Amino acid sequence: MTPLTRLFDRRGALFVGLLVAAAILVPLAALVAPKGSPLHMPPHVVALIGKYLCYALLAVALDLVWGYCGILSLGHGAFFALGGYAMGMYLMRQIGARGVYAHPVLPDFMVFLNWQELPVAWWGFQSFPYAMAMVLLAPGLLAFVFGWFAFRSRVTGVYLSIITQAMTYALLLAFFRNDMGFGGNNGLTDFKDILGFAVQADATRATLFSLSALALAAGYLLARAIVVSKFGKVLIAVRDAESRTRFLGYRVETYKLLVFVVSAMMAGLAGALYVPQVGIINPGEFAPANSIEAVIWVALGGRGTLVGAALGAVLVNFGKSVFTGVLPEYWLFALGGLFVLVTLAMPKGVLGLWDQIAARWRRTPPAAAPAIAE
Amino acid sequence: MTLPPLTSTLLYLDNVQVAFDGYKALRGLSLALAPGEMRAIIGPNGAGKTTMMDVITGKTRPDEGEILFDGQHDLTRLDEAAIAELGVGRKFQKPTVFESHTVGDNIVLALKAPRGAFATLLGAPPARERARIDEILETTRLASHRDRRAGDLSHGQKQWLEIGMLLAQDPKLLLVDEPVAGMTDAETAATAELLKRISKDHSVVVVEHDMTFVRELDVKVTVLHEGAVLAEGPLDQVSANERVIEVYLGR
Repeated sequence: MTPLTRLFDRRGALFVGLLVAAAILVPLAALVAPKGSPLHMPPHVVALIGKYLCYALLAVALDLVWGYCGILSLGHGAFFALGGYAMGMYLMRQIGARGVYAHPVLPDFMVFLNWQELPVAWWGFQSFPYAMAMVLLAPGLLAFVFGWFAFRSRVTGVYLSIITQAMTYALLLAFFRNDMGFGGNNGLTDFKDILGFAVQADATRATLFSLSALALAAGYLLARAIVVSKFGKVLIAVRDAESRTRFLGYRVETYKLLVFVVSAMMAGLAGALYVPQVGIINPGEFAPANSIEAVIWVALGGRGTLVGAALGAVLVNFGKSVFTGVLPEYWLFALGGLFVLVTLAMPKGVLGLWDQIAARWRRTPPAAAPAIAE
Repeated sequence: MTLPPLTSTLLYLDNVQVAFDGYKALRGLSLALAPGEMRAIIGPNGAGKTTMMDVITGKTRPDEGEILFDGQHDLTRLDEAAIAELGVGRKFQKPTVFESHTVGDNIVLALKAPRGAFATLLGAPPARERARIDEILETTRLASHRDRRAGDLSHGQKQWLEIGMLLAQDPKLLLVDEPVAGMTDAETAATAELLKRISKDHSVVVVEHDMTFVRELDVKVTVLHEGAVLAEGPLDQVSANERVIEVYLGR
């Protein structure tokens, strides 16, 4: 097998093909197709699906560490939120003097708090390239420091899950505080424009949608390239028998750390694309429940398949959109029930179920075939 | 770490002591293994056989004592990965293979090659690798199972796959913990044959309960008892030893 055919299996090729097609067709449907025609896609639908795609990228990032390396992170929402905050800070600096208090440099909430100058953490965020670097570096650095200590101390299994949960909870509390300088309770919002384009404009939304689809495709391909390499084989070995892998001479902590950092950066990118599409980032994104929900997406779609993780994220969030419209109080019960159902009835998720059905369907017709062959 | 070799022995344990919560698993274990030697270790349950493997491979740190590899490497200061890289391979009592990998991939992971994260991420497998894998699968009679999931193999086949992984690793010293546990008589005989062949160019330490198997290996035997060496010598000699009969054979 050539490296390219290993990278693109049939399912992956279909997935990437669909995303590229969506990246081209959705802007056309949103901007070119006349309103009222069946081909027209209203802007709020574009933004909604764009949001799902960001979640899907988070799910792929999570599947990379959980599905392939067995690191059940219950704090991946923190990396997503940090990426989101980095983007939010750029968008805040773009408002400039158009804020309510019309301060040329300080965002409104800082003026409101009587701050005189910009905190150091905010320096440089008026520059888009700097902000984009931070989108990757902030989550990457947190993952590196956290992973360095956790993996070297050989914290695994449920203990690791608990401290990832504690990590995101600690960040939630920290970002709630006004004196942290990230907008406290209210977070960052009222964005005006991104790279000079109005955030609310249909064309900007359509572009952000396309970028999300392409980022998901790129994230998938990166993750896929990692898991089909020998590095990926080592990850699976760690998942299956960690100490055996050590006795073969592999430095397990280095492998875990590297894949954890890559995954955190991917989650950060997802958060950065998410924020301009939903128009707000607040500490609620650090809520442990968000990270747990992401685990449910991956489990539902099919852990250790990458495509399944993305599929699970879209399916669950679509379900959430529909459900919260009809029976808002019962969504959490439905989500919990779904998780129990998936764990008991389809341990390999939707994609695994699909494979099973496909295999049975394929097996039935050729059942007579061997007789002919012999 | 490039001190001149202190001894000509490949593996040298001196007065090694390990205690778990007050229970002394090893009490002054001393052992010397010459390069190219095969040694069988026997002893009743709780004699410290597996703990001995653990301290040699870096899984457990001894409280006291000295472990030298190749006369120059102090194994008590190194971790599992570093010790494996020095050339110490280990086969576990319970066959431990990577269940969701294919048989072939299990060998690929064990093959002597750079172990660094960036090397495995970016490096391409060398062309001669395939021939080497074929050779190992041939030796371990797994050639026709190459693309099967390792988890689907029979117990005996898993044992052999793990031995195959050791061969792929090509260590200077192989530590083999109960290689014939759960094997049929025919498989046991074949395994003894295989280990003898391996011992021609590797040093091997075999821990085993099965006396027929140890007899077949026909090598020097060390008897452990309560974390220390009780007797050492040819099997016939140690099995005639009064103390050995008392504690081990239970007569």
